[in-house]
Amino acid sequence: MVENKEDVTRRRFLRDSVWGTFLAGLGATVGFLSNKTRSSDTVWQIDPDTCVACGNCATYCVLEESAVKCVHAYAMCGYCRICFGFFGPEPADINTGAENQLCPTGAIVRTFVEDPYYEYTIDEKLCNGCGKCVKGCNTFGNGSLFLQVRHDRCLNCNECAIAAACPSGAYKRVPADKPYLLKGMDHA
Amino acid sequence: MLRLGYIIIITAFLLILCDAGLGVERFPPPEFETPHPLPETTTPAARQAIYEYIDVIVLLAALGLSSYLILKKRSRRGIFILMVFSLVYFGFWREGCVCSIGAIQNITLSIFDSDYAIPIGALLFFLLPLVFTLFFGRSFCAAVCPLGAIQDLVLLRPVSVPGWLGSGLRLFAYAYLGAAVLFAATGSAFIVCRYDPFISFFRLSGSLNILILGACFLLVGAFIGRPYCRFVCPYGVILRQLSRVSKWRVTITPDECVKCRLCEDSCPFGAIKQPTAKWPAHDYDKSKKRLGLLIILLPVLVVLGGWAAAAISGSTSRVHATVRLAERIYMEEAGTVEGTTDASSAFRATGKGMEELYEEASGIRGKLALGGWVFGGFVALVGGLKLIGVSRRRRRTDYEADRASCVACGRCFEYCPKEHVRLKKAKEAGEQSE
Repeated sequence: MVENKEDVTRRRFLRDSVWGTFLAGLGATVGFLSNKTRSSDTVWQIDPDTCVACGNCATYCVLEESAVKCVHAYAMCGYCRICFGFFGPEPADINTGAENQLCPTGAIVRTFVEDPYYEYTIDEKLCNGCGKCVKGCNTFGNGSLFLQVRHDRCLNCNECAIAAACPSGAYKRVPADKPYLLKGMDHA
Repeated sequence: MLRLGYIIIITAFLLILCDAGLGVERFPPPEFETPHPLPETTTPAARQAIYEYIDVIVLLAALGLSSYLILKKRSRRGIFILMVFSLVYFGFWREGCVCSIGAIQNITLSIFDSDYAIPIGALLFFLLPLVFTLFFGRSFCAAVCPLGAIQDLVLLRPVSVPGWLGSGLRLFAYAYLGAAVLFAATGSAFIVCRYDPFISFFRLSGSLNILILGACFLLVGAFIGRPYCRFVCPYGVILRQLSRVSKWRVTITPDECVKCRLCEDSCPFGAIKQPTAKWPAHDYDKSKKRLGLLIILLPVLVVLGGWAAAAISGSTSRVHATVRLAERIYMEEAGTVEGTTDASSAFRATGKGMEELYEEASGIRGKLALGGWVFGGFVALVGGLKLIGVSRRRRRTDYEADRASCVACGRCFEYCPKEHVRLKKAKEAGEQSE
């Protein structure tokens, strides 16, 4: 019986020391990481200068309708009559007929401002983030159309499914209090 | 005519701005004659930081309540209600992110990558359940983890899994933990998040493959209790070890075990250990020999495991996007493949040097090969220790919950006659005081 008691004490001692080691390990982890934490969360965002508008944003998002939408930096826009983000490569006519449009969902609204300028605005409800207009605008225009993760929709997954599929590595983690990388705005 | 005009314009641009950069001002922004205010680019705000703290507070409260319900109140009903709450809050409301299981990767990445700063919320989600487990056992698994909750709810007809099989399958969880750490440390991928089987249910959207995987887990989970928790969960592996030495623990009986055997089959997770029989003398010698052999064999196993994992690191390194890209570029240069991919043409457009890319890729490969040794060694070590554990024998005089395997669901409480006595006494005491 005495032996048994000793055994229990030894086991308890062992357990207590392992317990202490674990606790110390957790403490050490916190200590090590304490100067590497940030108080605010990070969110995903597309760097528009790296984005190649491949179209993965429309298909890889875990949401059925992607959290990525096209946005417009109006200050950079040339207000062209023939916009290469709006019109398909071979439009039958220069009007807003669906057959002339590049956007598969008709999400770009073209409004007349004054001769010869037209304004292009994005109807975000319709935009699916495919980036066709972005490609057109980057290749032939000023590049004022670009893709951004919209944070009213983004779930902020720990591993963004689009980021994993992004061919140009344009996805970045940015601080949640500065969640957009806007073109022509010095990334305000 | 229009078409010709287009062609002329386009060709002109192509000639002028060959290799077109991004955001070149080709058409100067107009100065309108009529007053026309420029519309603002809208920027819907991200989720506010305050909610992150609310998540942590809810986690803390749920952990505290769960521990209280298990150890003090001994109420399966309370645990069940808390479990449903956690499923709704951390699962469906927070849509499965942030979670403690995935936080393993954030911790790893922040240790290995000096540029990555871990959000304080993720750090606390990783840490708090571990600290609670050190004190109160696996109260996190019991009623706080939404992945555990969704599996616990679908468990209809528990079938017991033989101990050896359960222990063998659990080796996968260790390997999964090792792989998660390896891929996170090298910045390759967050595989725990990528293959989280229940996330599609929480978000009510997601890829078909993951949806099918989740459905399979739930289907299996109707018969085999919590298959993800027991055989896959990498966080559960850590909690198991901490739970072994926890200060307090779940006990089946509130006071003394009378060995009535009523609780024997009550645990759907195979965590109830029966009292041991006497150890026959001849058996003892035999297993002593086996134990010695296994201890000698252990280093050999570890080296073999490390070697095997390092040997396949060539293909595992393809999980990293840079390695994939470098291989693609190399093949394109060698002429073994035709055409370009989005990734390779994007790379060429940046004008970065190929040598630089190859160097970066081989650096990552080297890291993954080294990591492969550690990973393989770790998995083999766990396997070896499991074998040694089989030869080790412990004496138990009572029915008790296995410290490591018990997820503190509280199902066994009501099977214990002593528990019924306790409840009756408590009820009588309550009536008397009234």
